[in-house]
Amino acid sequence: MRISRMAAVATAAVLALSVAACGDGSDGAGGSGSGDGIVGKAAGGKLVIGVKSDQPGLGLQTGTTYEGFDIEVGKIIAKGLGLDASKIEWKTTVSANREPFIEQGQVDLVIATYTINDDRKKKVAFGGPYYVAGQDLLVKTDSTVTGPEAMEGKKVCSVAGSTPAKRIKEEYPKVGLQEFDSYSKCVQALGTGQVDAVTTDDIILAGYAAQAEYAGKFKVVGKPFSSEPYGIGLKKTDTAGCTKINEILKAAADDGSYKAAWDATLGKGGTPAPTFDATKLTNCPA
Amino acid sequence: MDLLSDPDNLDLYLTGFSWILRLTGAGALGALVLGVILAGFRVSPIPVLRGFGAAWVNTFRNTPLTLIVFFCYFGLYSTLGLELSEEIDLNNFWLGVVGLAVYTSSFVCEAIRSGINTVSAGQSEAARALGLSFFQVLRMIVLPQAARAVIAPLGSVFIALAKNATIVGTIGLAESSNAMKTLINDNGSQVILIFVIFAGTFAAFLIPTGYLFGWLANRLAVKR
Repeated sequence: MRISRMAAVATAAVLALSVAACGDGSDGAGGSGSGDGIVGKAAGGKLVIGVKSDQPGLGLQTGTTYEGFDIEVGKIIAKGLGLDASKIEWKTTVSANREPFIEQGQVDLVIATYTINDDRKKKVAFGGPYYVAGQDLLVKTDSTVTGPEAMEGKKVCSVAGSTPAKRIKEEYPKVGLQEFDSYSKCVQALGTGQVDAVTTDDIILAGYAAQAEYAGKFKVVGKPFSSEPYGIGLKKTDTAGCTKINEILKAAADDGSYKAAWDATLGKGGTPAPTFDATKLTNCPA
Repeated sequence: MDLLSDPDNLDLYLTGFSWILRLTGAGALGALVLGVILAGFRVSPIPVLRGFGAAWVNTFRNTPLTLIVFFCYFGLYSTLGLELSEEIDLNNFWLGVVGLAVYTSSFVCEAIRSGINTVSAGQSEAARALGLSFFQVLRMIVLPQAARAVIAPLGSVFIALAKNATIVGTIGLAESSNAMKTLINDNGSQVILIFVIFAGTFAAFLIPTGYLFGWLANRLAVKR
């Protein structure tokens, strides 16, 4: 009995080791652009894209469908990889689980207001940026606030644990910071006057300002005080996929489908599409 | 490894748990006072007070704490204008304490009422025969004995309170769960380590607390 149990344990250990070895092997292959990378995934007929589900204009889930600028960009990428939009599986991600989702392979791509920065580049590769946002303030239409400097002694609201909240704490310590677990609560508190402004990336604020229920009540100040290049996250080893994404984005900017994606979502309120800067597509790992 | 060596991270962690301790302390005190008063109401000879006590317990014991805390901010503060402090953090803290105390008081009340049931009816009958008023009977005869019987269940209520205190994070206090979110946002690859540290800290505080209440319950039990 004892011997057979030990044998079983030993067998399991050997199996685990050999599985791990296989894992290493295929990761290496992914680096050279076959099988494991997004190009290979798309050729296999399916792509899983992680998006936000709670940001109007960018990635908003209603029922089982998602819509927004990030979603449209996802469709452009899929099309460029030769995949029909119906073959994309959308998956909700939140800010905190984007890197783990990519690293664990739960999603192939992340297009979710994903700011490119050096810390994140240690873990994932970034295609893009496809848009450069900046942190801004959302205030009531009749407010005279002109920027974060004018907010001293006033209250600004953001989401707990987010980068915009952190920037307010570090760079504008005299501004009162109210944190909630979602931007919709912030916008609600702005409506009832408990806070004087809501802060996050301008593109997200524009989405809230454009929502039918808040029409005419809020405005975006329009003086961004940071630069947030939004990238498309994918496995760090997938250099070929990353380069391919940049090619697709550049082509989309040239043939007008990038502008069409903007006009169908964030541009609805009349905001003109940003000019796509192809010289910034330099984030792929060498 | 910069997760563990960065002094800012340590600061976040300590601030987070110090808020939890303060929320638990203030919430427990408030819940205990309210709970004893409510238990008095529920066993009082006045029907209106009995009804009030029952309504309170049934309302707050069956409402999710998230909703109560949410209401404290968006109802009491936003709509009704109840501002408990000029400082954003302190205002959120006290609104959270109100929510926690109101919610937990219903559990404290029921625990104490069950303790009152362990005191034999002969005791209060004898006290009444001596001419003591209802309030005197409750204060001098019934509650001191009831309290000793409910130490263990109250311990469970307060342990639950300590964990529930994290819900105040939803209205913006930088307590432990928000500190954890911040750390995860900055260190996406070390989610499991961060989670284990925070869960471990709760366990490290609360397991000894459980034993302490068990020991107290044994030591102070009324030997019958």
